[in-house]
Amino acid sequence: MASTIFRTFKVHLFPLYPPSLLKITNGVLFFTTTQQSQTQQHHQNPQKQTKKVSASASATSTQSKKLDKIPKDYEPIIGIETHVQLSTLTKAFCSCPYNYGSHPNTTICPICMGLPGALPVLNSKVIDFAVKLGLALNCRLAFNSKFDRKQYFYPDLPKGYQISQFDVPIASGGYLDVDIPVEFGGGHKRFGITRVHMEEDAGKLMHTEIGNYSQVDLNRAGVPLLEIVSEPDMRNGIEAAEYAAELQRLVRYLGVSNGNMQEGSLRCDVNVSVRPIGQSKFGTKVEVKNLNSFASMGRAIDFEISRQVQLYSQGQDDQIVQETRLWDEGTQRTITMRKKEGLADYRYFPEPDLPAVIISQEYVDNIQNSLPELPEIKRRRYEKMGLSMQDVLFLTNDKNVAEFFDATVAKGADAKLVANWIMSDIAAFMKNEKLSINEIKLAPEELSQLIASIKGGIISGKIGKEILFELLSKGGTVKGLIEEKDLVQIVDPLEIQKFVDKVIAENPKQLEQYRGGKTKLQGYFAGQVMKLSKGKANPGLLNKILLEKLNSKS
Amino acid sequence: MKMLSTLQTPRSLSRFSLLLPSAVTTTTSSHFSSNSLPHASLSDQSTAVPPQSQILSIRHSLLSRQVTAVDLAQSYLTRLRLTEPQLHSFLHIPDDSAVLAEARELDRRIDGGEEVGPLAGVFVAVKDNICTADMPSTAGSRILQGYRPPFDATAVKRVKELGGIIVGKTNLDEFGMGSTTEGSAFQVTSNPWDVSRVPGGSSGGSAAAVSARQCVVSLGSDTGGSVRQPASFCGVVGLKPTYGRVSRFGLMAYASSLDAIGCFGSSVADAGILLNAIAGHDKFDATSSKQDVPNFLPHFVSESSLGSKPLKGLRVGLIRETIDDGVDSGVISAIREAALHFEELGCSVNEVSLPSFSLGLPAYYILASSESSSNLSRYDGIRYGNQVFADELDSLYGNSRAQGFGSEVKMRILMGTYALSAGYYDAYYKRAQQVRTIIRNSFKEALNQNDILISPAAPSAAYKIGAKKNDPLAMYAGDIMTVNVNLAGLPALVLPCGFVDDGPAGLPVGLQMIGAAFDEGELLRVGHIFEQTLNKFRFVPPIVADSIA
Ligand SMILES: [Zn+2]
Repeated sequence: MASTIFRTFKVHLFPLYPPSLLKITNGVLFFTTTQQSQTQQHHQNPQKQTKKVSASASATSTQSKKLDKIPKDYEPIIGIETHVQLSTLTKAFCSCPYNYGSHPNTTICPICMGLPGALPVLNSKVIDFAVKLGLALNCRLAFNSKFDRKQYFYPDLPKGYQISQFDVPIASGGYLDVDIPVEFGGGHKRFGITRVHMEEDAGKLMHTEIGNYSQVDLNRAGVPLLEIVSEPDMRNGIEAAEYAAELQRLVRYLGVSNGNMQEGSLRCDVNVSVRPIGQSKFGTKVEVKNLNSFASMGRAIDFEISRQVQLYSQGQDDQIVQETRLWDEGTQRTITMRKKEGLADYRYFPEPDLPAVIISQEYVDNIQNSLPELPEIKRRRYEKMGLSMQDVLFLTNDKNVAEFFDATVAKGADAKLVANWIMSDIAAFMKNEKLSINEIKLAPEELSQLIASIKGGIISGKIGKEILFELLSKGGTVKGLIEEKDLVQIVDPLEIQKFVDKVIAENPKQLEQYRGGKTKLQGYFAGQVMKLSKGKANPGLLNKILLEKLNSKS
Repeated sequence: MKMLSTLQTPRSLSRFSLLLPSAVTTTTSSHFSSNSLPHASLSDQSTAVPPQSQILSIRHSLLSRQVTAVDLAQSYLTRLRLTEPQLHSFLHIPDDSAVLAEARELDRRIDGGEEVGPLAGVFVAVKDNICTADMPSTAGSRILQGYRPPFDATAVKRVKELGGIIVGKTNLDEFGMGSTTEGSAFQVTSNPWDVSRVPGGSSGGSAAAVSARQCVVSLGSDTGGSVRQPASFCGVVGLKPTYGRVSRFGLMAYASSLDAIGCFGSSVADAGILLNAIAGHDKFDATSSKQDVPNFLPHFVSESSLGSKPLKGLRVGLIRETIDDGVDSGVISAIREAALHFEELGCSVNEVSLPSFSLGLPAYYILASSESSSNLSRYDGIRYGNQVFADELDSLYGNSRAQGFGSEVKMRILMGTYALSAGYYDAYYKRAQQVRTIIRNSFKEALNQNDILISPAAPSAAYKIGAKKNDPLAMYAGDIMTVNVNLAGLPALVLPCGFVDDGPAGLPVGLQMIGAAFDEGELLRVGHIFEQTLNKFRFVPPIVADSIA
């Protein structure tokens, strides 16, 4: 069906550019086109510009010297609009599934294609998810809200309007608490949330490799989104990136979205303006798009701030215009995508195909009671357990890691020790093997057992690590492995003494050298003894006995 | 030919209304073919017999095997072919072979003793803005020329499930925007009572098809009167159900908050049986109601079983504003006659005033245009329908829409776009919504004091083709009787109640009966009694007799 219905067409993305720039002649898309044109138009010395940016971008925490001056004279104002794609089984208004990366136009139906006569029917999960996020963001909920139509023409928008919410969003007036990592200065920040509303996603345009045509993939059309609008409370790239990261954490904790930025499940558009300190009026705000990671978000904002400050300080603040700029990862700068000529008129009006969205206090209470422990509350709890902020942030970053930690601690293990194991060897293993904590074979009770076995002296720390890797990759129990491999630590001094004696007897030359003053050889002897004991000798006892023997004049 | 005459008007056998005259098997056939043909001349009306349900007659004669579905189909197809060149009711008629195959299959099932649905063998015409998977669906618009939907509208699906045979797609004003059917991009439909006149609109094709017995019943759509006004012009029964009573899924949206799929029949019973078939909640339309659909059949009792005052105690309110200046005197006297008839049936008839009545028209045109400007955005030439190729996107959009839409559609899109624009929204759209609330409330009040409200269905009978073509305001004014009902979301039944003396055989006048929300049952009960007792008139247009003679 798709092949007969979908047409190719030529896209006119940049109506402000001269026609010569409009030819899309290859698959490098419009980004290339605009980037080149912008480079010529706005930056007389692109080489120099690039250098400066990459310097600041390569070290986000220690910003370039130029940027250091900013806070003294200018105040940046940053607000963020985030689109979160909901992980419902079906789309917002039809029963099509959505799987990222599916073959184009394979998960579509008359409804999400906007065929004549098709009508939307709301997937009630969308409201569940919106209320969940609204509550988690400490928002006021609208018990009687509605959907509206936002109207504009674009080939990825099949109906010619987007079903969205206009004047009565489902949630508004909340906030989000964030802990800034120590390496970025630390501290606790609260950012305001203006509103959360429900809407549907559009399809995607695909620009063909050959020919001047574009094609439409409607797989994504009608996928439910929550748009979260922040107050303009952020003051630098780090705060903005941490806000977005916390939002990602939150939607993942709540299970409402996979929050994947690369797949576009979490998309941030950032509004940046700058004003001289003391000025009450906001500066002209510029929208920055195409931010595919938190790192690029931070860098893009810092670049944009410095660009605007530079224009200000050169008396050229009139060149800061209301526009949408794209972050270009390659050159590490923002470039003009389109200038906004006045406000777009979307001619919103209430969606007549959908009844009002009415929710009850009981419904909200049920959802409130079903909410998991949220990151902020978890962080405060871990803090009280005596963990460092670094540990706290690491453990709470991933809900599953936090759950693993909690389960291990619940089995009686010491929190700090559990944190250390998770953050060092277990994290390294997961990274190497590209596994998530749910995919490793180690169970929390076994980690707890392992820690107890080391603490109780049954096995050495070294053997503990060996067992850990066995447990991580193959599973099993600590007890079973210790028995199976005969790994119980040797703590009998007489037995250790036998190993020591044997090693000393077999290495007369080294013994002579040692006694001649080359005491560094102690390590060599210790290694040989450990090897002989198959690693089971208690290291403390071993060293004690070894030293006695080496230093005795017998 | 014998089949034709007997099928179309078994009027002389009204007492045995469930029995189709068995022209095929009995010796009395000559009697029917010679003098039971209807002639709608005004002089002949004293002998009129009230219309009977064709659906029930067909069911009886099929199940009793007095007639086969194939014979039945052939007789309708023959009449359709004979009348269509004069009327142009249809935009698409499937091959006879497809229809006959369905009929044969039905005969096989009846012969095999299988259960068949209540609409088995019933010829149903469908307005072309209602999606049918096996036939083109164009909404009368160039921009959808040749478009075939991949699905059936829910109403069509239900008709098919109950055994109905879709006989074709009927002509309409483009996307339902118009009151004459002249706004079709493809053809002009004629009124079966006088082919030089319009059949009304926008469901003019569906009304004309039932009037000329090209089908048994038909589906239309009513956004501001598009079922009721053509029913009035063509002398048939038109039923606009309560908003949400019938699923809109598959109806190409004009104004979503006003659109309703409606029914045409040559009797109140047929319109009611068709409504029974298509009504009810649909999971594909979030605005469809979960209210139970009662069985309307018990309402359709025979005339002989009615007492002398069958509507005793019924309070009928005649809306004063609808029999005022600007309404044809012939129409007013027909409605007054109808009011007298109600009194004869035992009703108390009082005039009621709806002061907000005149506000309905401007509010309707603002709301309907606003919604249509949005609903028609999807016709952009990108995914389906006619695309005018262009070098860049804006021209592709512009040219596809400029060439795809007719002038009336463009005008309404422009009006609606304007009304929704920033700075005008409050003055137009929002204000119109407030008016809508006022109208809804005033109807509610009037229906607290009255069981039903009555009015003309249109301020005039059918006018000449071309008469209002270049005067949109005059055409819009013709919707004064009907738009308020859509704004209030109420059900309304239009049935022929008299004639004005015009045209070759007189022109029918329709009476509109407005009921409380979801009270179609009461409208059908009252309408049926009114119809069965109104034995002064017959509403069969001359073209049917002419085409057979
Ligand atoms: Zn779909």
